[in-house]
Amino acid sequence: MASADTISLFDARIIRRAAVDSVFKLNPITLARNPVIFVTEIVAALVTATGIEAVVTHHPAGFPITIAAWLWLTVIFATFAEAVAEGRGRARAESLRRARSDTMAKVMIDQRDRALYKPTAASDLRRGDIVLVETGDLVPSDGEIIEGIASVNESAVTGESAPVVREAGGDRSAVTGGTQVVSDWLVVRITADAGSTFLDRMIALVEGAERRKTPNEIALNILLAGLTIVFLVAVVTLVGFGQYSGTRFSIPVLAALLVCLIPTTIGGLLSAIGIAGMDRLVRFNVVATSGRAVEAAGDVDALLLDKTGTITFGNRMASGFYPVPGVNERDLAEACAYASLGDDTPEGRSILALARDRYQLAPERPADATIIPFSANTRMSGVDFAGKSYRKGAVDSVLASLSGTADATFVDSIARIARAGSTPLAVSANGRLLGAIELKDIVKPGIKDRFAALRAMGIRTVMVTGDNRITAAAIAAEAGVDDYIAEATPQNKLDYIRKIQSEGRLVAMCGDGTNDAPALAQADVGVAMQTGTQAAREAGNMVDLDSDPTKLIEIVEIGKQLLITRGALTTFSIANDISKYFAILPAIFVGTYPQLAALNVMHLRTPESAILSAVIFNALIIVALVPLALRGVKFRAIGAAALLKRNLLVYGVGGIIAPFAGIKLIDVGLSLFHVFS
Amino acid sequence: MTTQGLLYIALLFALVLGAAFPLGRYIAAIFEGRVTWLRPVERGFYRLAGVDEARSMQWQGYAIALLLLSVIHFGLLYAMLRLQYYLPWNPLHIAGMSPRLAFNTAASFATNTNWQAYVPEGQISNGAQVFGLVVHMFISAAAGIAAAAAVMRAFTAGSLKTIGNFYVDLTRVTLYLLLPVSLVAATLLVIAGVPQTFAQAVDVHTLNAGAQTLAIGPAALQEAIKELGTNGGGFFNANSGHPFENPNAWTNLFETWLLLVIGFALPITFGHMVKDKAQGRALMAAMAIILALGCVGSYAAEAAGNPQHIAAGITANGNWEGKEMRFGIPASTTFNVAATGTSTGAVDSFTDSYTPLGGAIPMFLMQLGEVTPGGVGSGFYTIIVFALLAVFVAGLMVGRTPEYLGKKVQAKEIKLAMLGVLILTLFILSGSAFSLVTASGVSSLENAGPHGLSEMLYAWSSATENNGSAFAGLTADTPLLDYGLGAAMLFGRFAFMIPILAIAGSLAAKPKLPASAGTFPTTGPLFIFLLIGVIIILGGLQFMPADTLGPIAEHFLLYTGKTF
Repeated sequence: MASADTISLFDARIIRRAAVDSVFKLNPITLARNPVIFVTEIVAALVTATGIEAVVTHHPAGFPITIAAWLWLTVIFATFAEAVAEGRGRARAESLRRARSDTMAKVMIDQRDRALYKPTAASDLRRGDIVLVETGDLVPSDGEIIEGIASVNESAVTGESAPVVREAGGDRSAVTGGTQVVSDWLVVRITADAGSTFLDRMIALVEGAERRKTPNEIALNILLAGLTIVFLVAVVTLVGFGQYSGTRFSIPVLAALLVCLIPTTIGGLLSAIGIAGMDRLVRFNVVATSGRAVEAAGDVDALLLDKTGTITFGNRMASGFYPVPGVNERDLAEACAYASLGDDTPEGRSILALARDRYQLAPERPADATIIPFSANTRMSGVDFAGKSYRKGAVDSVLASLSGTADATFVDSIARIARAGSTPLAVSANGRLLGAIELKDIVKPGIKDRFAALRAMGIRTVMVTGDNRITAAAIAAEAGVDDYIAEATPQNKLDYIRKIQSEGRLVAMCGDGTNDAPALAQADVGVAMQTGTQAAREAGNMVDLDSDPTKLIEIVEIGKQLLITRGALTTFSIANDISKYFAILPAIFVGTYPQLAALNVMHLRTPESAILSAVIFNALIIVALVPLALRGVKFRAIGAAALLKRNLLVYGVGGIIAPFAGIKLIDVGLSLFHVFS
Repeated sequence: MTTQGLLYIALLFALVLGAAFPLGRYIAAIFEGRVTWLRPVERGFYRLAGVDEARSMQWQGYAIALLLLSVIHFGLLYAMLRLQYYLPWNPLHIAGMSPRLAFNTAASFATNTNWQAYVPEGQISNGAQVFGLVVHMFISAAAGIAAAAAVMRAFTAGSLKTIGNFYVDLTRVTLYLLLPVSLVAATLLVIAGVPQTFAQAVDVHTLNAGAQTLAIGPAALQEAIKELGTNGGGFFNANSGHPFENPNAWTNLFETWLLLVIGFALPITFGHMVKDKAQGRALMAAMAIILALGCVGSYAAEAAGNPQHIAAGITANGNWEGKEMRFGIPASTTFNVAATGTSTGAVDSFTDSYTPLGGAIPMFLMQLGEVTPGGVGSGFYTIIVFALLAVFVAGLMVGRTPEYLGKKVQAKEIKLAMLGVLILTLFILSGSAFSLVTASGVSSLENAGPHGLSEMLYAWSSATENNGSAFAGLTADTPLLDYGLGAAMLFGRFAFMIPILAIAGSLAAKPKLPASAGTFPTTGPLFIFLLIGVIIILGGLQFMPADTLGPIAEHFLLYTGKTF
């Protein structure tokens, strides 16, 4: 999957395949799903018939045949856009499909006896079967581990080649079909029937085969179909107005007018935009179970973000030394470093790093050192060597191990550290209290700006943490989130989501554990971590293959980008109509009323050239916009009003002006080759 | 153009918009049942009609009540027009109308169109005028405003099941708004010289010692509701060009004000109802900008005059043909533009005699869907349709699925909105195209060439959009046009209004989402500009090919010396 990132926008193989597919997609039965392009196809067929008739009856056929050719190209460009989008998905799907080879599953006959099993084709597995997967075996289908622990290579799905540990019980009990057990063994209960596994669903999704139209796409299609009918009425009735005025319009002329007026640009690119949106998510290693979820992501009003890993680095880190009076800070730092020599936790390492950074202290571990490991009873750790003993640990535990009471300065430091949302550790050397270390939850750099950007987009960020209120409030303030849930439990997360939803807001969250499942299901956009449980994966409507909770923000942006692209191209397409009137109307009426040549503001050479230029522009603009449709309009977190102003200027006003230039250019080009001029 | 003329337009807008704000607030109070100064009368009506005023209706119930009332009134009016010879108060013994003319006239008044295929002075009795037509001028206007109230309620809160009680809305609007304002306006008109009498005619001695019989009658009340309710059906054939309907420049200004004021007040009402006044102001601004452009444009075209006349030395300043010397060019063009921008259809000068562009503007304002500010009520709910379409098309560009005032715009609303747009387009374009290729239709035309095309296109635009103004020059009382335009009026009104009530019902039931920084802004200059663009592109562009063969072709022909 990681290799998928390198698929270029116009990969030669994809283009070649798409060119072939675009012809097959001309089948009117499948094309009828797209009303605008379907009408274009019918019109193209009609003009072709006119052209053939002209040839047979020895009438001038150059104009109708040229128009027919460009109308067919318009249809093919539209189907081509869809085929390219699908092709990119298909390239990704192929790498997935390789993982879904015909594995043999070891279906267990007796769950207790691992020696007894019946080899069964993976494709014959049913939900509920119990299978054994041993070192070197491919996991035959999706399932839940019921026994065993093993390291699993999931690169087929996630692209990440480092094996991960999977074990029965807990939050890492799901396995995915197509992944490989690299050590030990697992007993797995199959949770998906053949053909509906996670991998199968992913393949179908990225290929766009099972693509169902999203609600907004359906509504947009209705608008486009409505506009098509409105313009059909306008063009058909023009025959009557023309007859009264003494003008007979030929079928190619009317066809050209109709196709230029109906929104072919967005009609041709709509499904490509949708497929490309899903594809962008996949490239991001996130799989949405439906297009609807991607659309909902754009609408999200509140993000529930886990504190650890998303807002702060996963671990607390040493950020300061607070000596008691009479001890200098360097001595305290040295004691801290000694006390942490045997501490391999990230916190211990961070203390060593801080001592090194501040005082260039990098003590070696002495040969005779005795490491005192942390235990739940003593709540202290440290080291003894050369008759000296260094300890660090929970403040009350360290104090209890010493004689005497702590002085006021120390108590004051401890209180200040706690208020700031950090954790204080007390440090002693040889039974004497030296001071405290502050262990701080470090907020990721830049995260505050991101939240500010989200706020400008109208999205509230909510931090979810198991910490107590005071700690949570301090970190929330530092990270700039809008709200927080302290001492979070599955129930209060669920309650919180319900509360915001009752205000009419849409909520997105991510989670991995089984206890997250209700909240994931309740959220409008639930992103389950690939490392999580099967329950979580089924409750969410997206799965993040990298299991990176920060991605929630990008998912929202991808959703918005999809909607913006759709809106921008719709606006552009409709705004194009104005210029086409100026190109075509004078051209078709000038025979009856030569004075209407005054409306030919573009000074197009001849009526035929004017009509043809408009039709060519109308066809080429589809191809020209394919890259934009696939890549998406860039999303900027600048607030709705500013965003609207920008996009309206570029795609609305631009959509009015651009075709004037384009049509004129094509007309000049045609005249260079003496085509209809 | 003169500064004076432009100042006249500016003065009118200042007077209308200035009055729209307090009136809008007052109408909101009426809709919300807070106006009670005729409470005993109001309650008396409910008791008489057996209406439970506390019962609010779902959209279906509201639409059925509205349709039922219209059907019954249509039937009554039809019968009255057919049987007027036998009915009281017919001193001139005017014969009953033919079935097709009665159908056309009943459709016309039941739909607030007031298309007049008949000659008022000769084909309708005073009794039918007062008890038939004038009653409908109140009822059809009140029904339109009631429908607007229902649409407004859909946006007021989330998850509503009902959108108000039609009978209560109808009663309150008539009792607290249309009747009192009309009575005051009629009194003022009487003071200015408009007759309100049971007498039929007066004999006068003319300056050159001849004798003339002038028809008079109860004109002042009809005049007031004609403008206020954007009806447009004049007591006299010459409509507001007649000195007994519109005696002087002051009454002309007053009448123009009357026909605009409710239309511009309703968006303000909307702002109050949804508790966000800026929303109402944005809609009002879009309406006002288009109308102002129309007023100035038409005035400019007429003030520039007819190049043929100027070349021949007939006139040096402007096109005076078909205009009252009493009013002058700016007051005449402004009246006609205001009357077509409001679906009133009253005229104080003859659009047929305008320069091609001067006449194209009123026609284009009708084709836009009558939203500037449109008919009372209907203009409001039509601009809501355009606002929904604007939000839908461009709203995606902020990266959220479209919503208007916290209500999501989805497939159902778009389907119904496009259905409405399609019905209007279908009747205007196929009606006029069909009429222009049949012998019967062509024989109704007075002029040939593009001018004839304009006459026919204007008639179908006017009927379908429930405007009722005539380009003049068209013989409208033919089987084709009586039945065809009658059907266009009925479909243009009800086949548009019912989908919109359905939209209201659908939106009402949706939750109202709170606005945030990520919400598509539907106030401010950007949205106003967008809304105007959508009205012109989605509401008007489909008529461009036909318009090009009509007034636009004529305009260019005129400048090369060809007239029709």
